[in-house]
Amino acid sequence: MLRTIRIAAVALCASLIAFTAGARDREVTIGLQAAITSIDPHYHNLSPNNGMLQQIFEPLIRRDENMKLVPCLATSWKALDDLTWEFKLRKGVHFHDGSPFTAEDVAFTLKRVPNVPNSPSSFATFTKPIVDVKIVDPYTIVFKTATPHVLLPSDMAAVLIVSKKNGENATTEDYNSGKAAIGTGPYKFKEYVPNQRVVLTANYGYWGGEEPWDKVMFKILSNPAARVAALLSGDVQMIENVPTADLAQVRKDKRFHVVDKVSNRVIYVHMQQGSDQCPPGVTDKSGNPLAHNPFRDPRVRKALSIAINRDAIAQRIMEGQAVPAGQLLPDFFFGTSKKLKPPKYDPEAAKKLLAEAGYPNGFALTIYGPNNRYINDEKVAQAIAQFYSRIGIDAKVQTFPSSVYFTRASKLEFGYMLLGWGTESGEQGSSLRSLLATHDPKKGMGVTNRARYSNPKLDQLIEQAMETIDDSKREKLIQQAAELAMGDTALIPIHYEVSNWATAAAYRYTPRTDQYTLAMGLRPAR
Amino acid sequence: MAAYALRRLGQSLLVLALMSFLVFVGVYAIGNPIELLVNPEADDAERARAAQALGLDKPLLVQYGVFLLHAAKGDLGRSFVYNIPAIQLILQRLPATLELALTATVIAILIGIPLGLVAGLKPDSWIGRSIMAGSIVGFSLPTFWVGLVLIMVFSVQLGWLPPNGRGATVSLLGVPVSFLTLDGLRHLAMPALNLALLKLSLLIRLTRAGTRETVLQDYVKFARAKGLPMRRVVGVHVLKNIMIPIVTVIGLELGSVIAFAIVTESIFAWPGTGKLLIDSINQLDRPVIVAYLLVIVAIFIVINFVVDVLYSLLDPRVRIGSAAPAH
Amino acid sequence: MRIAADRAPLEDGRAVRAESPWRRFAAEFAQSRLALLGLALLVLLAAVAIAAPWIAPQNPYDLAQLDVLDSRLPPGSESLAGKTYWLGTDDQGRDMLSAILFGLRISLTVGVASTVAALALGLALGLAAAYFGGWLDAAIMRIADIQLSFPAILIALILLAALGQGVGKIIVALVTVQWAYYARTVRSAALVERQKEYVEAAKVLALPEARIVFRHILPNCLPPLIVVATVQVAHAISLEATLSFLGLGLPITEPSLGLLIANGFQYLLSGKYWISFYPGIALLVTIMAINLVADQLRDVLNPRLKR
Repeated sequence: MLRTIRIAAVALCASLIAFTAGARDREVTIGLQAAITSIDPHYHNLSPNNGMLQQIFEPLIRRDENMKLVPCLATSWKALDDLTWEFKLRKGVHFHDGSPFTAEDVAFTLKRVPNVPNSPSSFATFTKPIVDVKIVDPYTIVFKTATPHVLLPSDMAAVLIVSKKNGENATTEDYNSGKAAIGTGPYKFKEYVPNQRVVLTANYGYWGGEEPWDKVMFKILSNPAARVAALLSGDVQMIENVPTADLAQVRKDKRFHVVDKVSNRVIYVHMQQGSDQCPPGVTDKSGNPLAHNPFRDPRVRKALSIAINRDAIAQRIMEGQAVPAGQLLPDFFFGTSKKLKPPKYDPEAAKKLLAEAGYPNGFALTIYGPNNRYINDEKVAQAIAQFYSRIGIDAKVQTFPSSVYFTRASKLEFGYMLLGWGTESGEQGSSLRSLLATHDPKKGMGVTNRARYSNPKLDQLIEQAMETIDDSKREKLIQQAAELAMGDTALIPIHYEVSNWATAAAYRYTPRTDQYTLAMGLRPAR
Repeated sequence: MAAYALRRLGQSLLVLALMSFLVFVGVYAIGNPIELLVNPEADDAERARAAQALGLDKPLLVQYGVFLLHAAKGDLGRSFVYNIPAIQLILQRLPATLELALTATVIAILIGIPLGLVAGLKPDSWIGRSIMAGSIVGFSLPTFWVGLVLIMVFSVQLGWLPPNGRGATVSLLGVPVSFLTLDGLRHLAMPALNLALLKLSLLIRLTRAGTRETVLQDYVKFARAKGLPMRRVVGVHVLKNIMIPIVTVIGLELGSVIAFAIVTESIFAWPGTGKLLIDSINQLDRPVIVAYLLVIVAIFIVINFVVDVLYSLLDPRVRIGSAAPAH
Repeated sequence: MRIAADRAPLEDGRAVRAESPWRRFAAEFAQSRLALLGLALLVLLAAVAIAAPWIAPQNPYDLAQLDVLDSRLPPGSESLAGKTYWLGTDDQGRDMLSAILFGLRISLTVGVASTVAALALGLALGLAAAYFGGWLDAAIMRIADIQLSFPAILIALILLAALGQGVGKIIVALVTVQWAYYARTVRSAALVERQKEYVEAAKVLALPEARIVFRHILPNCLPPLIVVATVQVAHAISLEATLSFLGLGLPITEPSLGLLIANGFQYLLSGKYWISFYPGIALLVTIMAINLVADQLRDVLNPRLKR
């Protein structure tokens, strides 16, 4: 009798242990770098938010890990003519509260997007081109635009669909509290504590198949050392953005697995050339302004580009977490040109070009840059200065926190400025339009063209591309534009940032080029 | 007494108003929050809309006026970034900071006063001298560097303590605290010790000076002559006498401990208000910066007031109202 | 210690004979071996800082002399050019030894310059408050009170966030948080002096006010000021280092000790300790030397501790 009880007890204990172990295995904790500022998918157009909320809500069209557009809530889409787009919606999809997803929800979402109070950065940018929405049947919806809008499918990938039933009159607070945070995604919202954590639980009836995790906790660990320490101590099973300083060590460690992928963010230099007046931070070697703006001379721009040893920066400063750049996006993206390789490091040729341009002895240059925005930004600026000092330029570096830097850069207080650009549309056309088209913010052209570079031929190519719905024709135009701009060294591309993720050895993450950290990409290792 | 309290309150409100105005001008001088918040692909119309949504389209003085109006009703504004009342963000994090500051103060008291007593009673012995030399070292060590060395030794080399973050919390009277769990204590140990070090040195010096003065007083000599054991003399007579200045200083320094927690919090990634302040400065989240300062200043004012009152209770020679102590 | 201090001049005939105030001060200061050690260290550090451009193996501010390919080498490594980096290099390939020497220079400059400026400002305001009294006194002292009731670090932090980076700016911030100590010290010392007979006498003699203030009151306020000033130099250096550590102090290309430490912080977990450890030692020794000197100065100059 006693024996049986003992055996039963042991068996019970064993099964309990097995059970809890199983339950534990289906829970993961992930360390994020950047804070999530809201659960309202239409409140703040901010990359960390957009990634997080994709797990709860879904767009009509999704981007895969290479930022290619793939069907999601829409099964297909096509342009009926230059101004009309038709979307066929997925049937049998349910929101987390069980209500079915239909075209009504899409129409409701498009109406809500421009009307979120206090939004610091609205998603209206993506819905503005749509002037009319027509529900054909519960699973077909048609959008009308005023002018040809080629990026419409790409824009639809940025707009997450909320439920009409739960979303009517819902405020940002209602989303943060979870009351309205009801989507169609693979995870349900559980808890949000600003600046500390977000907790999600599995949506067992998900149309795309069940996820391997019952519960996913995202912890905000913005301090890089804290993030690494949390991984090392087993506090979290995955972190994003292992700082370059610790990368070698984590890679060596058998307990962990690191994956990385080149991102859609390019680090580049804008050289202010709006007028012939000598720009800020450029002087002769005794500190007097130059007679002309040297950046207006393409030979000077080219010299400044080939004087940079991009490989050394990628290897030594970035510890391999960067790929030298020759255009604005890595060459597997839409609209990139295979002909545009990273400019070769050639200080001798650079010196010659400077001499030809009338600066045989160089000049003095202040390199401006941020110190807390991009990976190792401050160090990259210093390394560039080192290379310039070898071609006879007296280079100094001045860096600012991004709170100060971007305001001053936009006021054109800098001549030579280190900047970064992530192309969210995944098309080189949109980065060319924002960074290098002639500055005309009313038209949405050259909105971030802090160089004030202006080239009518380039403008024409970009505008033409933006009106060409046919993908292959458009791609040719964008490639042409990119080759023109890079051939003129309109800006100096330095490198594409590589993003990395480190997991415990028992897990694998599918790295993404849009830098999102998604539970859907995390799987047990085989 | 009431008149004194009222006058202090009036002065404090003035300070608060002045402080918040300076922050408004300061943040305005640093940069434009819109540049950081709005998506860089946004056109002019979107920028204008965002500025209007956050109330940043009005002239600075008008913005300040609006702030004062709301503040008078107890509304310190919403975070630009989170769209959550700023005060809520701060109150969420205040327990972590207070826990750190109080633990540091307790450590400083528990170690500082006994060491100071020993150094004061035996000033010329090797132990007294070593304590004093140690306090000079403690005084000289920059807080952040000690933090680094602690992490290097106890986390990286020995692997005994977690290098950063706050441990598991339990709710005590509705306030989440971490010092009641083992995990919490392990996380708390290094930051608290780090923060305590400066105050520890200060307390050693203060206690020693007080002790040295007191042991020469007639009544202590008397007590010794009466044959009272040294332990009793020290425990009752000396300690009682030196407590007045020590209590004052501990009270006053509590404010500076809370402020200095900014440094410790950023080294140990402690999720307190100091880190929130640094983050908010980086993001130009003005409502949170202003609210943080107002909350901290309010805490200082309360502490100062309590210390003044305590002082007058402990030392009947001080009359509140007529001659307020120098602090 | 005290007894010894009392006896020394009596036993030593020469000391008694040559008892000028300066000599006596020096003799009393020398009573503490620890303080002498501090003074010696301080002189050495100052000399090294001043001579840095001539004795450092490399000019760490000259980017042409740095090579990214030499970055993060451990102490004792050889550079591509065959030089030895005795204390290793940082992430830009900067020789740590040179960087520490130059950093020391900046740290000391910032500490001394801000202290002198704050001293001058505090002295002027404190004297004015004590001498003229009335509303001026009330106004100055109220401002000083408010200022002192806030932790220096908080004020400096907000100020620098608004001002931006730079040696000049950090000095402005440090002066702003320090002047009140001096103003208050001077005022209380001056108030005591004002009541004394010799000032009354000078007034009766109708000497010009400026002369009374500068020739009579000021010299007598100096001892406590010197003590406060020495302590504050150490404070200023420490505060600058802290602010730089938080990213609000000096520009990255001309690092002070604090900034060097901050730079190395991120390499700590991966075991590249030298980038932040050695600058930390330099900072610690500097501040400690100053504090040792200040401690003894306080004992020597404080009339209340006189027998």
